[in-house]
Amino acid sequence: MYRWITIALLTVALISVSIWGYYTNQQKNDLYVQAENEYQRSFHELTYHMDVLNDQIATSLAMNSPEKLSPQFVDIWRISSNAHANAGELPMGLLPIHKTEQFLSELGDFTYQTAIRNLDDDPLTEEETAQLEEFYQQSGEIRDELRQAQHLSLNNGMKWMDVEQALLNTDDAKDNEIVNSFQAVEDSFDSFTEGAPEDTSIGTRTKDHSYKNVTGDDLTEEEALEEAANIFGKENEPDWTITTSGDGALTPMYSISYEENGERGYADLTVKGGHPLNLLVSREIGEKQVSLNEGYEIAADYLSELGFDEMELFQSSEYDQIGVYSFLYEDNGVRVFSDAVEVKVALDNGDITGLTANNYFKNHVERDIPDPAITEEEARDAVNQGVTIQESHLAIIDDSQGEEMLTYEFLGTRDDATYRIFINAETGAEERIEKMTDAEINYDSVI
Amino acid sequence: MKRHHKPMVYTLTFLVLLSGFMFTKPEQTSAFSDQVIQQGAVGEDVIELQARLKHIGFYNGKIDGVFGWGTYWALRNFQYEFGMEIDGLAGQTTKDKLTQVTNYDREKVQQEMYGTAPSGGNNGGGESTPTSSVNVPQGYSNNDIQLMANAVYGEARGEPYEGQVAVAAVILNRLNSPLFPDTVSGVIFEPRAFTAVADGQIWLEPNERAKEAVLDAINGWDPSGNALYYFNPDTATSGWIWTRPQIKTIGKHIFCS
Repeated sequence: MYRWITIALLTVALISVSIWGYYTNQQKNDLYVQAENEYQRSFHELTYHMDVLNDQIATSLAMNSPEKLSPQFVDIWRISSNAHANAGELPMGLLPIHKTEQFLSELGDFTYQTAIRNLDDDPLTEEETAQLEEFYQQSGEIRDELRQAQHLSLNNGMKWMDVEQALLNTDDAKDNEIVNSFQAVEDSFDSFTEGAPEDTSIGTRTKDHSYKNVTGDDLTEEEALEEAANIFGKENEPDWTITTSGDGALTPMYSISYEENGERGYADLTVKGGHPLNLLVSREIGEKQVSLNEGYEIAADYLSELGFDEMELFQSSEYDQIGVYSFLYEDNGVRVFSDAVEVKVALDNGDITGLTANNYFKNHVERDIPDPAITEEEARDAVNQGVTIQESHLAIIDDSQGEEMLTYEFLGTRDDATYRIFINAETGAEERIEKMTDAEINYDSVI
Repeated sequence: MKRHHKPMVYTLTFLVLLSGFMFTKPEQTSAFSDQVIQQGAVGEDVIELQARLKHIGFYNGKIDGVFGWGTYWALRNFQYEFGMEIDGLAGQTTKDKLTQVTNYDREKVQQEMYGTAPSGGNNGGGESTPTSSVNVPQGYSNNDIQLMANAVYGEARGEPYEGQVAVAAVILNRLNSPLFPDTVSGVIFEPRAFTAVADGQIWLEPNERAKEAVLDAINGWDPSGNALYYFNPDTATSGWIWTRPQIKTIGKHIFCS
């Protein structure tokens, strides 16, 4: 009798303990994942902030007017203090990341001091420009090393919790790759580094608003399918699927997709007028047979077939057997950045594998472009003397409020860096300065 | 290239030409394939283009096989100095001129690039050799792309391709929205934002397709229709998400603004 009661009690106790143990373990795992995610966020933010810092310092070197420089320094100061905070959140314990932190705090001090100064009366001295150049150099070195560490950690699925454990449990932390990478960041200050690599890219983003350029009659599903066959360049209609968008869409659209011989196609067409907003074809891409330049011809022909006129190539890039082309609408020689269309061409057989005309249909309207109030010479004078201007255009860009304005666009170089500089054609103010992104070291080829 | 260097370049060119005629029979080095090389191109032809431009003093960057801005300006300056049409494209005329006035030692250049002898034959414009740099979209690093690919793969690996691009586009839309953090890392690791992050699936190794989806999204494709949220109606636990205006359904996900 007692025996049975004991057994029953013990069984109940065992089950409760197991359940309790299970939940505790579950909780522990959840906390582990959460803590790990926090570390990961800090680490990836730190590397991102270093990327941005490097760009922003470079941009400040190409700026001319105090109206631009002061806010730029405020920005750098803000980002460097964020990066500093990120560095502090990492479980690096007693490991020396002093130099990175020292760099961040020196940069912070410098930019803070210059930001609060009246640069109109008291512009940057030559020493200060030299100091900025040095910051640019150093930030580039730290950025490259951090990218290397980040690449390693992403590729090997490294966990910060393990780093922490390694640091807590043994004195021999040298085996941990992240720890080693950080050591490399420190060492990089004393060593020689290669010049910055070069390159380019694509990307024009505009503010969200409704579609200004969607006109025509509403299409039925059948008509939309016909239109889709046309833009996919298909004569036979494979097994199409068609759906209609919901209330949240900025403009009603049909989404059409098909699957055929391992190829998947997808397109968004506006219900009104059947304009193509997106087109994506996904398939395995074979060996490259078509050059980037031939791909450009194909893309340009495709656009004119679809009725996009006056589109000029803005940028092109080759990524693993795919050519990506960005086109801008050109209005009597004025490039309109918000009327952009991107096209993707598979470089194995030259098929179109993508089109996005979202920006074009959002922004394109008949414009009445005024003559510039200042001459190109006057605009050139507004550009930093350290920048050698190589190319110029008239361009329409969006200001921070999303309003369009006419500008002179200059492409210029300063040392190894290339900048795109926009000078307001009305007021002569420096509107925007971008440093063009360089090609990145292929870490897979290095390791 | 600064203006006052140009006379020097001329002299240099002259010397190079002279030495070419005097001491060596022009070597057969026409390795260029017949493509017109334009900005953004990657591969052997670009390596040769950079090496030749460097040889003659127009290019002073790294020979990395990616036709970037540095190569572009070097090529334009070359075309300017030699009285050709300045279009920044390496077409037949430009390539002929370059081959004529410069030497290209493929093995030596490759030796410098990789620290090893080149593998494979001289097949001209072949894609087999990895370049030491890669194109990245304006404002993003490869690690940003990799991190996003991890998130996309963890969240949407069973989804059709456009569904993966749409998830990547949502991350970017959040980046541009004042309601969300302004770094890729901040958006992805925001607590409770993505289930794949909360349950650790983000650390699965992403495939190439996920990476391509991220690149498409960065380059401007947004099949989500400007969505800031998406959810799987079968597993969604929050009632709030159903109150958002829905844009469209792709695969198992409903995208909303």
